[in-house]
Amino acid sequence: MIRADNTPREPYKDYFDWYSGQDRGHLIGKSQDAENIFRKTGITFAVYGHADSSEKLIPFDIIPRIISAKEWRKLALGIEQRVIALNAFLDDIYHKQEIIRAGRVPRELIERNTAFLPQMIGFRPPGGVYTHIVGTDIVRTGEDQFYVLEDNARTPSGVSYMLENRETMMQMFPELFHLNKVKRVEDYPLLLRQSLASLAPPGCKGKPRVAVLTPGIYNSAYYEHSFLADTMGVELVEGSDLRVIDGKVKMRTTRGYQAIDVLYRRVDDDFLDPLTFRPDSQLGIPGIMDVYRSGNITIANAPGTGISDDKAIYSYMPEIVEFYTGRKAILENVPTYRCSEPDTLTYVLENLADLVVKEVHGSGGYGMLVGPTASKKERADFAEKLKAKPNNYIAQPTLSLSTVPILVNKGIAPRHVDLRPYVLVSDKVQIIPGGLTRVALKQGSLVVNSSQGGGTKDTWVLED
Amino acid sequence: MLGRTANGLYWMFRYIERAENIARLIDAGLRMSLTRSGASDEDWDGVLHSAGVREAYAEVHARLTGVDAIDYLLRDRSNPSSVMSCIEFGRNNARMVRTALTRETWEATNECWMELKQLLARKVKSPDLPQAIDVIKRRAGLIRGAFHGSMLRNELYNFARIGTFIERADNTSRILDVKYYVLLPSVSAVGSSLDNVQWESILRSVSAHRSYSWVYDAEYRPANIADFLILNGQMPRSLAYCYEKIVSNLHYLEKEYGERLPAHDTADAIRARLQTMTIQEVMDRGLHEFLELFVSHNNQLSQEITEGYRFYQ
Repeated sequence: MIRADNTPREPYKDYFDWYSGQDRGHLIGKSQDAENIFRKTGITFAVYGHADSSEKLIPFDIIPRIISAKEWRKLALGIEQRVIALNAFLDDIYHKQEIIRAGRVPRELIERNTAFLPQMIGFRPPGGVYTHIVGTDIVRTGEDQFYVLEDNARTPSGVSYMLENRETMMQMFPELFHLNKVKRVEDYPLLLRQSLASLAPPGCKGKPRVAVLTPGIYNSAYYEHSFLADTMGVELVEGSDLRVIDGKVKMRTTRGYQAIDVLYRRVDDDFLDPLTFRPDSQLGIPGIMDVYRSGNITIANAPGTGISDDKAIYSYMPEIVEFYTGRKAILENVPTYRCSEPDTLTYVLENLADLVVKEVHGSGGYGMLVGPTASKKERADFAEKLKAKPNNYIAQPTLSLSTVPILVNKGIAPRHVDLRPYVLVSDKVQIIPGGLTRVALKQGSLVVNSSQGGGTKDTWVLED
Repeated sequence: MLGRTANGLYWMFRYIERAENIARLIDAGLRMSLTRSGASDEDWDGVLHSAGVREAYAEVHARLTGVDAIDYLLRDRSNPSSVMSCIEFGRNNARMVRTALTRETWEATNECWMELKQLLARKVKSPDLPQAIDVIKRRAGLIRGAFHGSMLRNELYNFARIGTFIERADNTSRILDVKYYVLLPSVSAVGSSLDNVQWESILRSVSAHRSYSWVYDAEYRPANIADFLILNGQMPRSLAYCYEKIVSNLHYLEKEYGERLPAHDTADAIRARLQTMTIQEVMDRGLHEFLELFVSHNNQLSQEITEGYRFYQ
C-alpha cells in the first residue's frame, strides 16, 4: 500500500490517515478479539493428517486490502471474459470439439485427462452453464499488472471467509466504514440462491428446491458448507439423505421424501455417483447421473468442469479465451512451462532455482516446489520426481508479487498476497466486488494457502 | 426438514441433558461422601448405577474408589456417558445440524465445548470439583437459555425438546430405581439420619432438595419423595412433567404434519397413567416394577419417534 516515495497508494489514503491515529497496542488487542470471534463462531477448517489439531483457525489480519473502483473495473472485465470463455470451452469439448479440430489444444491433453468425463459428452446442462460458481485466483505484480494464477472452476472454496471477514471488520471497526465507501459483498448468499434457482432443470415444475451437498462434518470445508446452506436458507444434505426415487433425486425429510431440483454439490466428481464413478464412494447418490442426464436435476458445478481448470490446460488459456471471445485475454496468464515437452523439461530442470513447480492435478499448495526458497536437497529430490513423471508437472517463473501491509507486533510489515474474487454464472455473469485475499504470513514467503500457514484479510473494493 | 436433522437435534439435546444430569449425580455423590461419617467409596456404587455405567466402569477399573469414579464420570472418553463424551457428541450433533440452530444456540454449544475441553483436559483436583460441576451446569444452562430465547417455535424446536425430556425422564427414573429400596414403605416413616442422607441425596441428584421442602413441608417421607419425582406436575424433572411436555411437543408435530403415528398413542398412554395413578397405587404395585416398566416404555417411545420421523431411513 506504500509507494516507493513512502506515500500511501491512492485507495489506502483514508485508511492510512485513520491508522496513524490509532494506538498499536489497541489494534493488537483487536486482532485477539477477531480470533476469539472466529473461534466462538466455529469458523475453522480441518487439516488432514493432524489428528489432535483437527480444527484450526485461519489467521486473520485486521488491515484490509483495498482496491480502487478503477482497478476493479479492469479486473471485472477480465474475469468476465475468462469465465465466459471457460463455459464456451466446456460446451465445445463436450460437443463438437472445434478447438481441438482447429489445432489449438491437443486432443490427448483433453481426452487422456482424468478430469474429462466421457459421461458428459453430448449433454448440455440446464441453461448451458457448466461452471455456476468460479473463484479466479489473481495476483498483482505492478501498478496495473494482474496475472491469473488459477481458474477454480470445480468447487472453489473460501467464500465464507470473504463474508465472515467483512462481518468481523464491521463489528470491530464500524467507523472505518463511514470513512470509506466500501462495496457490499453481503448479498452473495442471496445472489447465489437466485443464480442456482434460475438454472432449474426442465423437469422442475414450480418453485425450484435448492440444496447444498456436503461430504459431512469431517470435511475440511464443512463450516463453509453449513454457512452457505444456512445463509441461503436451504437444506444441507449428505449423500445418505438422498435417494433416487421415480426418476428424481429426493431427500429424506421427517414427512417423507421430497424432490430436489438444484444441487450445489461440494463433493468431487469422483464421489458423486457410485454407479457411474468410484463404486466405493459413500458420499454420493447412486443413480444421480441418470437423473441429471434426463433433465430432472441441476448439478452445480456440472460434473466434468475440472477439465477447464486443470493446470495443464491452464497454459492454453490465452488461446482458449481468444478462440471463444474473439479478443485477446484482458488478464494475463503466468508463462507456464509444460514439463511433458522434453525440451521444456530440460529447461525446467536447469532452472529449478528460479521456478515454481506444481503438480498438474494438485491443489492446496501441496506437492509443489518453490525454487528460490527451497534448499539444495529439496530441489535435487524434486528433480528426481520431475524426471520420473514429467507429465505430472508444470513450472512457472516466480513473479514479483505485490505486497500489502499486515499488522505485526512492531507495527506494519509487507507480505505477499493473492486475490480470489467469486463469480456467479447464470444467464448473466455476476462478480462480487471483493473476494478472498490470502496472505503469506511468513516474511518473504510466496505460499498463501491456509494449509501452509497462510492467512486472510478483508478485501475492499471502493465506490467511485 | 431432513430426517437426519431431526435426529441430530434430538441427540444433541439428549446429550446435553445427560451431561448436566451426570454433573448433578456427581454433585450428590460428593455431598453424600461429605456428610456421612466414615464415608465409603461404596456411595459411588449407587452413583455409577444411576448413570448406567457401573459395569462399564468395572471393565476399566478393578477397584471402586471415589477418585476413579469421579474421573470416569467426568472425563473418561471410553465412557460414552461421561460429561466430556456427552458434550463432544452433543457438539458434533450441533455441527451436523448447524443450519437448524440459531447463531446464539450454536455459539453457546461451541463455547461450552471449548471451556469444558480445557477444564477437563486433566484430572480435576478434589478441591476444584465443586467449581467444575458448577461450570458444567452453568454452560448447559447457557445453551438452554440461548435456545429458548432465540429459536423459532417450529418443528426443529419440538424435536429438540422431545430429546431433552425423553433423556430427562430416563435419568430421573434411573435415579429412583437405584435407590428404590430406601423409599419402600417398610422403611420407617420417620427416617433415621442415615435415611435422611439417602433421601436428601436423591433430591439433590435432581436439584430438588430445596423445592421439596416448599411442597412437602420440610419433612422427608419416602412416599412424598417418590410422589415428587414421579407424579408431581410442578417438578420440572418429574416423570409426569416430562411427559406433559413430550405429549405437547408430539401434538405439535401431529398437527403440523397432519399425521398421527404410533409414537403419539404410546406417549398419550404413558401420560394418562402418570396423571391418574396415585403414589399409593405405584407403591402397591411395587416401585421397582413400576420404574422398570416406565424405562422400557420410554425407550419404546424413543424408537417409535426415530422410525416415525425417518431419523435414519
